Amino acid sequence: MEIPYTTQVRPDTGLYNAKLGIWLFLASEVMLFGGLFSAYVLLRVGSPEGFWPHGWLSVTLGTVNTLILALSAITTLLAWVACKVNDFRQFKLFHGLTLVLALSFLCIKSYEYHDKWIHYEIHLKDGRIADGHLEEQDEKTVTISGRIIPGDQEQLLYDLRAQKSIPRDEIKLDRSNILKMENYGPRHNTFTAIYFTMTGLHALHILGGCVVIGFLWGPGSRMWKTDHARFTNRIEISGLFWHFVDLVWIFLFPVLYLT
Amino acid sequence: MSLKGFHLVFVTLLTALAFLCATWAFTAGHAIFGVAGVASGVLVIVYGVYFLKKLKNVDFL
Repeated sequence: MEIPYTTQVRPDTGLYNAKLGIWLFLASEVMLFGGLFSAYVLLRVGSPEGFWPHGWLSVTLGTVNTLILALSAITTLLAWVACKVNDFRQFKLFHGLTLVLALSFLCIKSYEYHDKWIHYEIHLKDGRIADGHLEEQDEKTVTISGRIIPGDQEQLLYDLRAQKSIPRDEIKLDRSNILKMENYGPRHNTFTAIYFTMTGLHALHILGGCVVIGFLWGPGSRMWKTDHARFTNRIEISGLFWHFVDLVWIFLFPVLYLT
Repeated sequence: MSLKGFHLVFVTLLTALAFLCATWAFTAGHAIFGVAGVASGVLVIVYGVYFLKKLKNVDFL
């Protein structure tokens, strides 16, 4: 039995079925990300004065990732155009490029996560705070590349914008002097929690997009010969999803990196 | 909305983001980043206009 309205437009909706489905899905995604953005706003306005982090993320890396996603939006559109004009080689090229760009985005994001994961805030028993990247550790000592600040100047760790060059010394700490040691992971503070939640969910969407794009570029492209119109619609659907993921990043970038 | 329409929405928001970044950069004292932001914004506008013109001659999209 043939599935109806995979290529023809359904008279009552004015859309083919897959397009109606993807728009319903994207509507639910708007609610999901909308809820998280609302949570971000509420957490931020509710944080104590001077204790919301600024300048913790690399604007350069965020900008590079923005450019990567912007380019991938163009390549995914061109892949769809290639389907429309029946040019298989161009389709392979542009859809492959989209996949490469998506994977590049994930690589940069992984680097950023790793940077936070090895960044530690260490409270010492004498009240001072050591902050920096973990270099090495053993049973007795911990070595970081960073700085030590007095305990009553903790706010220095939150707003890094005014601190043009933060001194980075190699500091060897005795474990017996350490009161508490915690990396900049999701549980570190409210900012890292919402940062990892929002960008992590977004990265999962990128990963999901990679799977779909990879399938349509590889084994799924066999449909090009058997049912070209339906395959072209599949590319449009994946392109709509990809554009949505890019749009989410357009909001995430200024909210998390620039404010 | 087709992918074509959604792409135009995307280009519009990307333009807004570029100029927002430029404003942020000039305010924060990063002049080079600001100039790059303005240049990117103009580039995206040029692309958007080119894309719109192209659409007029391409009836299958």
